[in-house]
Amino acid sequence: MGTLTKTNRRDFLKIAGTTAGGLFIGFNWLACDSPKMEVLTNEEILAQAKNFNAYLSISPSGDVVIYSPNPELGQNIKTSFPMVVAEELDADWKRVRVIQANLDTEKFDRQLTGGSGAMPHSWERLRKAGATARYLLVAAAAKEWGVPAAEITTDAGMIYHKGSGKEASYGDMATAASMLEAPEEVTFKDKKDFKIIGTPVKNVENAAIFTGKPLFGLDFYREGMMHAMIQRPPFGMKIKSVDDSATRAVAGISDVLTFDNSVAIIGNSTWPLMKAKKLLKVEYEADGLVESTSDHDRLFREMLDNGKAEERRRDGNVEMAFKNAAQVVAAEYQCPFLSHSPMEPMNFFAHVKENSAELIGPTQTPDRAASAAAEILGIPKENITVEITRLGGGFGRRLRADYVEEAVKVSKMINAPVKVTWSREDDITGGAYRPAVRYRFEAALDAEGNMVGYKLKGAGINAGNSTRQDNFPSGAVDNVLIESIDHKSPITTNPWRAPITNFLAYAEQSFLDEVAIAAKKDPVEFRLNLLEKAKANPVGGELGYDADRMIGVIKTAAEKSNWGKDPNVSQGFSVYFSHRTYVAQVADIVMENGSPVLKKITAATDCGMVINPTGANHQVRGGIVDGMGHAMYGNLTFEAGLPIQKNFDKYRLIRMKEVPQVDVHYVDSGFDPTGLGEPALPPTGGAVANAIYKATERRLRSQPFIEQKEFQDIKLEIRRA
Amino acid sequence: MATLNLKINGRTHSVDVEEDTPLLWVLRDHLGLVGTKYSCGIAQCGACTVHLNGEAIFSCSMPVSSLASSDEVTTIEGLSEDGDHPVQKAWEEIDVAQCGYCQAGQIMNAAAFLDKNPSPSMEEIENAMNRNICRCGTYHKIREAVAKAAKI
Ligand code: FES
Ligand code: FES
Repeated sequence: MGTLTKTNRRDFLKIAGTTAGGLFIGFNWLACDSPKMEVLTNEEILAQAKNFNAYLSISPSGDVVIYSPNPELGQNIKTSFPMVVAEELDADWKRVRVIQANLDTEKFDRQLTGGSGAMPHSWERLRKAGATARYLLVAAAAKEWGVPAAEITTDAGMIYHKGSGKEASYGDMATAASMLEAPEEVTFKDKKDFKIIGTPVKNVENAAIFTGKPLFGLDFYREGMMHAMIQRPPFGMKIKSVDDSATRAVAGISDVLTFDNSVAIIGNSTWPLMKAKKLLKVEYEADGLVESTSDHDRLFREMLDNGKAEERRRDGNVEMAFKNAAQVVAAEYQCPFLSHSPMEPMNFFAHVKENSAELIGPTQTPDRAASAAAEILGIPKENITVEITRLGGGFGRRLRADYVEEAVKVSKMINAPVKVTWSREDDITGGAYRPAVRYRFEAALDAEGNMVGYKLKGAGINAGNSTRQDNFPSGAVDNVLIESIDHKSPITTNPWRAPITNFLAYAEQSFLDEVAIAAKKDPVEFRLNLLEKAKANPVGGELGYDADRMIGVIKTAAEKSNWGKDPNVSQGFSVYFSHRTYVAQVADIVMENGSPVLKKITAATDCGMVINPTGANHQVRGGIVDGMGHAMYGNLTFEAGLPIQKNFDKYRLIRMKEVPQVDVHYVDSGFDPTGLGEPALPPTGGAVANAIYKATERRLRSQPFIEQKEFQDIKLEIRRA
Repeated sequence: MATLNLKINGRTHSVDVEEDTPLLWVLRDHLGLVGTKYSCGIAQCGACTVHLNGEAIFSCSMPVSSLASSDEVTTIEGLSEDGDHPVQKAWEEIDVAQCGYCQAGQIMNAAAFLDKNPSPSMEEIENAMNRNICRCGTYHKIREAVAKAAKI
C-alpha cells in the first residue's frame, strides 16, 4: 500500500467545459460487447461527462474519459498512461475513452515525449488521478446509502456495499462525486491487486489506424488553408541569389517568398509545390565552415591526437596503471551522422491571427512549439494554442521546433492558415542529425587479466559530451580517465533515440569484448566480475547505475540464450544501462556456406514493473530492429555542406527480410516502471558485432557494418532460427 | 489541367488536376482520402500502397492521367465497410502498430498479396512484405499478422 501526501495542484485542476481535447478516440471497435449497453457518441459522452481532475472525467452513462497529455509517437503512451489511471480508478477498461489533451501548461507538466521519461515522471500522478476519483465515487455512494465508506468495494466501474446489497455504477455516482472536495491523501492499490496493469492491452488507436482515419499532422486539412514547402540552405551557406521565375510559372503556385535564408513556395496543394521546388534556382555562398565527410575524418584524427579535451571523470592514477600494465589493449570506433527519418515527414499547421496563433501538428515538445511561436510573433504564450496530432514516428527529431517556426513565419507572411510540408528529401537533408563520433579506448590489464585501467576519449561533431562518464565500467575499475572533445559544426544535430548511447554502447561493448578476449576471459564472466567489484566497493563513491540490476539482466540473457552452450553457434554479448533501464542482449550467428548468418537476438530487460506487455515487447523489439538496422546500413555523408543521401533509395533503412528472430525476456526487480522507448536500442550493435567477431574473427570498428572492408568478401545474411 | 473520372472505392469521382499529379496527391489533397500516406515519393517505402484493379501499387509514383476510367482503385478507406477485412482484423488481434504511419500501406500490400496467395509460407510473406518499410520496426508483428490473416 502506498500513500501520497503531497498534492500537486496542477494535476487536480478541473477541465472547464468540454473543449479540452483534440482527437477523441473510442476504441470499442466493431461494437459494444453488451447489446444492452447504451452506445453514446463521443460528443455525447463529452457533453455529459463530469470532470474529476486533469486526467479524468466520468459521464452518467458510465463512460470514462481519460486525457493523455503526452505526444504519442509509437511509444504507446496513449494506451499505457490511461491504463494506470484506469487501474487505480478500478474502471471497466471497455468503457474507457482516451483523448489526446492539447498543450496545457496549467494542468500538466512535462508534456513532452523524450528521454524515455514519461512513465517514471507520471507514474504516481496517474495513479493518484485514478485513486482520487475512486475515493470520491465511494464517498458519494457512502453518503447516499448512509454506510461507512470503508465497507464499500469497487470493481470494473461498479460500486458495491455487501451488507446492504446495494450497488451502483460509476456513472450513477459521477455527478454527486464530482461535486465533492478532493482528498489530500489517497491510498493506492496493492500492486498484486492490479487487473489492468501487467495485462496485454491493445493500442487504443488501432481501429483508426487500421482504417486510415486522419490522425497524423500531415492528414490535417482545413478549408481555406494554403500549402507551403521550403527550400533550405546547405549547412554553412547563405543565399546569394534566387531565380524563382520557373517556380512561379507552375500552375497552383501563388507566391514565392524569401525569409531567413530560406525560400518558401506557397500553393494550393502539395504536388505543385513539389514540382515548383525542383525548378527553383538558388545560388549559395559560404557563410562559415562548409564541411564534407572527409573534413570530419581529418577533424577526428586531430581532436583525438592533439585536441584539448574536457576531463569528464578521473579515478585513481591512470598514468601509473598504464605504465605498470602487463598488457594494454587499444582501439578506435567511429559512427556516422544519421537522419531520424520518421515515416511521417516534418509538417505543421499554423494560423497566425491578430494577437493569437493556432498550431496543429506532430511535435514531441508542444511547449517548445508554443514558446517559439510566442517569441517570433511577440505575443503572450497564453494566446497560442497547440493541438497535438499523432506523430508518425519521432526518434527525437520532433523535439526541435524548426518546422513549427517555419509554419508560424509563413502564416504570418501570407496572413493565412498554412500547412508546411517537408518532402522526404527535405527531411533527410534538412538537418538535426545524430552526430558523428569517434572514440579512442584504452585498457590496462594486470598479469591476471584484470582490467586495472580504462581510458575513453570521445571526439564528436556537434555531439556535446559524447561520453557517459558515470556509466559502467566506471565504478568497476580503479583507474579511469574519461574525456570528450567536440567540434562546432554548422551541420545541426539533435537527440536521436538514445542520444549518444545509441553509438557509445556499441563502441564500448565491442571494446570490452576485445579486452575480455585479450584477458582470456569469457565476456559474460568478465562483465560479471567487474560488476561484483563495483557492487562491493564502488570506485569513486556512488555509482550512476545499480550493479545488481545490471547483473540481473546479464545472468538472465546468458541463461535464456544458452550462452556458450552450443559450439555451432557464435554468440556476441552486450549489456547497457540507459534511461533508468537495463538491457542485456545476445546475438546468435551460425556460419552457413562461409557466410555469417544472424539467426536470433535474445534480450533481457529490467524496466521495473511492465505496464503493458504488448507495448513493452513493441519497444524492445522495435529498439533492437532500429539499433540493428542503423548499425548495419545507416550512413549519412556530406559533400560541401549537403548530405549525399537524400531519400530511401540511398539512405538505407532496415526491411522485413533483414530482421532476425528476437526473443524478449523481462527481469522482475520489483521497482516502479521506467521508460522503454530507448533503452533496448544501445546494446544491439555491440551484440551483433561481437557475434560477427566470434564467427569470423573480424572486428567491426565502425558503422555502418556493410560498408566496412571487413565485409567486402563475406556476405552477412539474416535468416530466422 | 485535365478533368479526370476516377473510380475509387466503388464510386466515381471527377477531379480537375494537372496530368502528372501522382494518384497519391489526388487522393490526399483533392479527395480527402488521407489514409494513404506519403513518405518517400519515389517508390521505395510502400506507405502509399493502394490497389489498382486488385494489384498493390505505389500511388506516389503513378501519374493519375495514366489511369483509365475503367480502372478501379481501392484505398485503405475502401478496403472494408467496417474495418473488418481479415487483414484489418488480424492487425487488430496481433496489435501491430507502433506509430501507425506505415500501417495502411502494409495492410493494403498484405491484402493484395493474400488475394493472390491465400495460404503463403513465411518466406513468401517476407518476400511480399519486404517492399514496405516500417521505421518503428514492427516487422515481427506484421509477419505474424499476415500469417494470421491468411487463416481468417
Ligand atoms: S511514398 Fe510511395 S513508396 Fe514511399
Ligand atoms: S508503425 Fe511506425 S513506421 Fe510502421
